[in-house]
Amino acid sequence: MGKDLIQKSLKDSLFTGIIALALFGPIVGLRTVAKNEVLVVEPKWFVVLLIVIFCAVGRFFINLYTFRKEQRRGEQSSFGKAVSNFLDEKGAQIAIAAIAFSIIFPFMPFADRYWMDIAIMMMTYIMLGWGLNIVIGLAGLLDLGYVAFYAVGAYSYALFAIHFGWSFWICLPIAGLFAGMFGILLGFPVLRLRGDYLAIVTLAFGEMIRILLLNWYELTKGPDGLTGIPRPSFFGLPFKRYPDEGVETFHTFFGLEYDPMQRIIFLYYLILILALITNAFTIKIRRLPVGRAWEALREDEIACKSLGVNPRNTKLTAFAVGAMFGGFAGSFFATRQAFISPESFTFIESAIIVAIVVLGGMGSQTGVVLSTIFLIGLIEVFRDFESYRMVAFGGAMVLIMVFRPRGILAKRKPTIMMGKHG
Amino acid sequence: MEYFLQQLINGLTLGSVYGLIAIGYTMVYGIIGMINFAHGDIFMVGAFVALISFILFALTGISLPIVLMLVLLIAMVFTACYGWTVEKLAYKPLRKSFRLAPLISALGMSIVLQNYVQAAQGARIKTLQPVIQGGFNFFKESDFVVTLSYLQIFIVLVTIVLMAVFTLLITRTALGRAQRACEQDRTMTALMGINVDRTISMTFIIGSSLASVAGVMFVMYYGVIDFYIGFLAGIKAFTAAVLGGIGSIPGAMLGGLLIGLIETFWSGYISIEYKDIAAFTTLVIVLIFFPTGFLGKPDIEKV
Repeated sequence: MGKDLIQKSLKDSLFTGIIALALFGPIVGLRTVAKNEVLVVEPKWFVVLLIVIFCAVGRFFINLYTFRKEQRRGEQSSFGKAVSNFLDEKGAQIAIAAIAFSIIFPFMPFADRYWMDIAIMMMTYIMLGWGLNIVIGLAGLLDLGYVAFYAVGAYSYALFAIHFGWSFWICLPIAGLFAGMFGILLGFPVLRLRGDYLAIVTLAFGEMIRILLLNWYELTKGPDGLTGIPRPSFFGLPFKRYPDEGVETFHTFFGLEYDPMQRIIFLYYLILILALITNAFTIKIRRLPVGRAWEALREDEIACKSLGVNPRNTKLTAFAVGAMFGGFAGSFFATRQAFISPESFTFIESAIIVAIVVLGGMGSQTGVVLSTIFLIGLIEVFRDFESYRMVAFGGAMVLIMVFRPRGILAKRKPTIMMGKHG
Repeated sequence: MEYFLQQLINGLTLGSVYGLIAIGYTMVYGIIGMINFAHGDIFMVGAFVALISFILFALTGISLPIVLMLVLLIAMVFTACYGWTVEKLAYKPLRKSFRLAPLISALGMSIVLQNYVQAAQGARIKTLQPVIQGGFNFFKESDFVVTLSYLQIFIVLVTIVLMAVFTLLITRTALGRAQRACEQDRTMTALMGINVDRTISMTFIIGSSLASVAGVMFVMYYGVIDFYIGFLAGIKAFTAAVLGGIGSIPGAMLGGLLIGLIETFWSGYISIEYKDIAAFTTLVIVLIFFPTGFLGKPDIEKV
């Protein structure tokens, strides 16, 4: 630790400061505001000064303490490995504990409306993450347009429920089927493309569906959205304070006081069950030939082809199954909100779901849960700083990729192996 | 006929903007084989820097040609800083990582840039007073007067000049040679004593400056920008890069012009609501049936 190092670090941090000034000077320092319909510039040099000092000093200390040590990247850290091993060994017990916790969660003393809403939102994202995990984690296809299937599920549920008055339990499978069919329809032409091209094409499809929903006014009411989507009922018993004449409701049937929380708790269990079905399905199908083919295809497509696996059909099943679960989640979303519009299905939603899957560690079911809690929690914590929360979100995506490119829990072990693990 | 001519002029102008952005995609793809998802947002940052400088220079009363030069220069310098930093922070550590990692990191960077500009500059759209006004009118005696504005001439001229300079840079200078060498074989280039990291950094700097010029033109041409313009423009420019053959620089320009024409003719003759669909459809069709584009090299997978 010589003078040389300090001098070098000082020089470097000065450079960092200059770059930070160039970056933040114009964009942060000169805020454009409209005054009397004309844009004027409002200087904010103090903020820029703070940021620049922070960057330079931060860089100086990073340099001093790491001695410019090159980080070993791309490898799972010992901590990550330990967590991963721990989860592998105690996986079953932890899963049971987690499920038990989620079952008793609504009856916890702190579980008020706010917490229940967050829990339902997280569950929805966990389900979407598990659905997309089939596509990205198992089959290795980066799908940046997953929200399209979510949207197709939501809209087909809403349209069937509004126009035909069918109940939730009939519309749900129909919505899933529709989304799955869309998956096949969209997947068929594009699935032979390489990874990054596929990502862009799926993104384009996602946006096309949104533009279609926005402009097909006769069917979707465009930007106004669909309102009055029927709420789900408890096996035919609606959750209403003042039911129609002669209709028994949930609270009268069970002899309870009416409480709006009953419906929330029911919705919570509904999404919990749907998510667990998704999870159980994934765990099962990984062991079946088609699931094994997905994993093999992810690892080496050419080897698969030479072994007689049809890549397109195999990928298509993954795409369709993933889309179907997206459709289920979409119909849940529609029934929970009772209102849907294309605004809920923007590209950023796809990005969030992809982030959940990738940051959790592609292919890891537990990873999806952990990263959902982390990312959705992050967005919630930053709720009061509305405009900074997506900055934090994107930053987290970059940081995790840089320090753990395989995700928090990277699971590349094949589900089924020959030999002693088998 | 007059209508057609007008669409042609508009299409070529728009195409110049897309072409300049597309060069950034194609260069980065050529050299490190990744889709720089944040490139569209770099373009957006360039547009914002241009907007701010135009407002500031309007107060000083400098004559127009000097202002234009200065704004172009300022936008290029500051936006290049963004391109350089993004590469250093988000892509460089991932160069040896698995294929999709840089793409996801780029996605995160794109979200960061969009929301950072939104936080710093506000979410409302920004309007700029027209900087260059007037133009030539043709077919004055017919029902439809075709206008070729000075601004359009300026945009096309600047694009042509930049393309010429840029082509010279790639074909005639040491930097250009180093860059073409890196595209072919990075390890070998490093063994020949070329600083690969610096060459890649320069690629990002050049790509970002060209995108910022596109940003300057965008803000002058449309007069309205917000923090979200990078997303759509980015996808369209990427389509242009693929259409021309990704990795090929003249291809990017050609693809840009084509996408500009397709978009203008689509909104002129078919439907303006679905004009973005035109670009997306082109992208899908090109990628499926025509993945090497016009001037691209076929992508052979080695086992």
